[in-house]
Amino acid sequence: MQPDAHETGANTEAVLEVAVLVSVGRHPLTGRARRADQDARGVELAKSLDRAHVTLLHAGEFDAESESAMRGYLGMGLPALTLVEQPHGADVVPALARALSDAQPQLVIAGGRAEQGEGSGLLPYLLAERLGWPLVSGLADVEKVEHGVATLLQALPRGQRRRLQVRLPAIVTVDAAASAARQSAFGPARRGEIEVEPAAVAWDEAQEEWSVSPARKRPKRLKIVKATSARERFKAAAAKAEGGGGQVLTDVTPEQGAEAIFKLLKEEGILR
Amino acid sequence: MSEILRRDPRREWIARNRLHPEHLNVLAELGGSVGQGTVATEWMGPNGVMRKNPHAVGFIGPNGIKRIDRSGAQQAAAAGRGAGQASAATDDRRRVAIEAPAFLVAVVPDMPGGRLSSHDRDLLGLARQLADADDQRPGAVLAVVFGHHKEGAFDEAGVDRLMHFDDALFDGYAPEARLAALAAVEGELAPSHWLLPDSKLGGADLGRRLAARLQERPATGVWQIEPDATAPLGWRCTGRGAAGTTDIQRALPRIVLALPECAEPVAETRHGAQPLALSQPLPRLLARIEDLGQVAVDPAGVALAEAEFILSAGNGVKDWEGFHHAAKVLGATEGASRVAVDDGFMPRDRQVGATGTWVTARVYVAVGVSGAIQHLQGIQSCEKVVAVNLDPGCDMIKRADLAVIGDSASILAALVEMVERQRGEKRDAA
Repeated sequence: MQPDAHETGANTEAVLEVAVLVSVGRHPLTGRARRADQDARGVELAKSLDRAHVTLLHAGEFDAESESAMRGYLGMGLPALTLVEQPHGADVVPALARALSDAQPQLVIAGGRAEQGEGSGLLPYLLAERLGWPLVSGLADVEKVEHGVATLLQALPRGQRRRLQVRLPAIVTVDAAASAARQSAFGPARRGEIEVEPAAVAWDEAQEEWSVSPARKRPKRLKIVKATSARERFKAAAAKAEGGGGQVLTDVTPEQGAEAIFKLLKEEGILR
Repeated sequence: MSEILRRDPRREWIARNRLHPEHLNVLAELGGSVGQGTVATEWMGPNGVMRKNPHAVGFIGPNGIKRIDRSGAQQAAAAGRGAGQASAATDDRRRVAIEAPAFLVAVVPDMPGGRLSSHDRDLLGLARQLADADDQRPGAVLAVVFGHHKEGAFDEAGVDRLMHFDDALFDGYAPEARLAALAAVEGELAPSHWLLPDSKLGGADLGRRLAARLQERPATGVWQIEPDATAPLGWRCTGRGAAGTTDIQRALPRIVLALPECAEPVAETRHGAQPLALSQPLPRLLARIEDLGQVAVDPAGVALAEAEFILSAGNGVKDWEGFHHAAKVLGATEGASRVAVDDGFMPRDRQVGATGTWVTARVYVAVGVSGAIQHLQGIQSCEKVVAVNLDPGCDMIKRADLAVIGDSASILAALVEMVERQRGEKRDAA
């Protein structure tokens, strides 16, 4: 949208410099290039920040495929994207580290892992180690940024959340727990500029020795029954799930029963 | 003992003649090691042939009819030595002690809730594969555990050496402190392999930090390893790449992040789990990430399938107001059995069981649920099950780790009161 572009242009007193690392995704069914899901969530998170100046950064080849993917990010309402040009099979960490140390953003947001190539999710960690910045993974939200300290909300398994404070500059990664990305609009995607920057190339030699094949279905683990007699085998095959050795309290007052349950909940660390 | 078999023809004759007054005594003597009071059914004859006394087989059942129980379960229980024998039967695992290991395989288990998860056990099985590959050079499995734990069976899981960092420093989200401890372990012991579970916010985070710190390229999402003489470490691994859509086969690096079910857990051996400590204390470091603790989330908003703590209601619940209040105070997600849903007391999306949701809660409290087989299937993967029920014979009681027989409404009310009182004390103290 046109007004959006004006807004970011006029917002010169933005205090928080945010860089979002984006990559070329791969559609799980068609295999076509697209904006990567987790990276798009990262862009969404950056857009939701108050008074932030968001820049997009990508390191990789510049061809028709990557351009369509990059335009997917631009369509989320950003005027420009910096593409650090790296050939296929290059190690992008040195180039990205150099670009980030030149730009000096306060907060770097990246997706948890790529949808192509090795997809090990190692890149943010390597960047953090190289730049000496703290890293927080699995972010759900950024609550606020004040006086160089960001208050973050980390997504735990089972729908739980944890509040963290981290000193900036920092790198954070988002995954599927962050809020879903907005739709990419066609107009801003066409209008957005991709600024291609050349950079020194470091080759990733180890990767050439690997053999990569489409994912094989993993063998299903069989239930192993170690029984010595026919009776045990039958019991194992026909048994209902039984805890075994459970404690049964009969003839107790409600208070005693509640006490026992309370003790168990305390031991498990469930009650807060 | 001499090799010559001595025969006593008279005793053999008595053993054959069951009308002889000393017949039972002689049989017992011949039976030898078989316990007193029971008649021997089998013994080694003088010529090395097994002899059987079919009349002594079996026992007199409750109706006065002779029963033969070939599994031995009933007879042993009747003789009062069932428990001892059963435990001896299950505990025949080979004891393995590795005194001078040729190398170390370090494993950093996640220990969610202070216990080894099944993922951790699989990983320890993988570590045993690496450690036991060469009989001449046995390696030892070192488990590095952070914070307070409740696990008592490290030896059964295959741990030879246990390094326990028990400090408040490592509680909560403390990746920097943990990383510093692992780096100290690396500096002092230099394990030849590092294995971590590739689980979100656990080993996946810590393992990648460790790899970046040690400047080693890890293999992530590993689900299979095979011996390979051409590889530098003698192993080849297969791991998932590109968001799980490709398999990458490569030589096994030093740091491995493995998926669940990467190997079979250890079952046949029992290991030392000797405690091990670093010679120097860990250096203090300034944490740049501060954990402000968990945020209270609305338990009703958590999907039932992934809720950690479920309070489930069945047909036995009559006081629904009290039940909802208890769930709110305890901070539990509400579940229900089919009957409670069918009767309209709970919405359909709260139904637990084969026809509803398969839950994975760590603690499952079933109030007035009798435990239909479909319901028990739905709670198969729950760790701790607490049952509150009036009927002491129901199936849920058999499944439960803790069962309280009594009126559910009054027990829940007492529990709520106890929790509120404790919270009040905490607030007063603070």
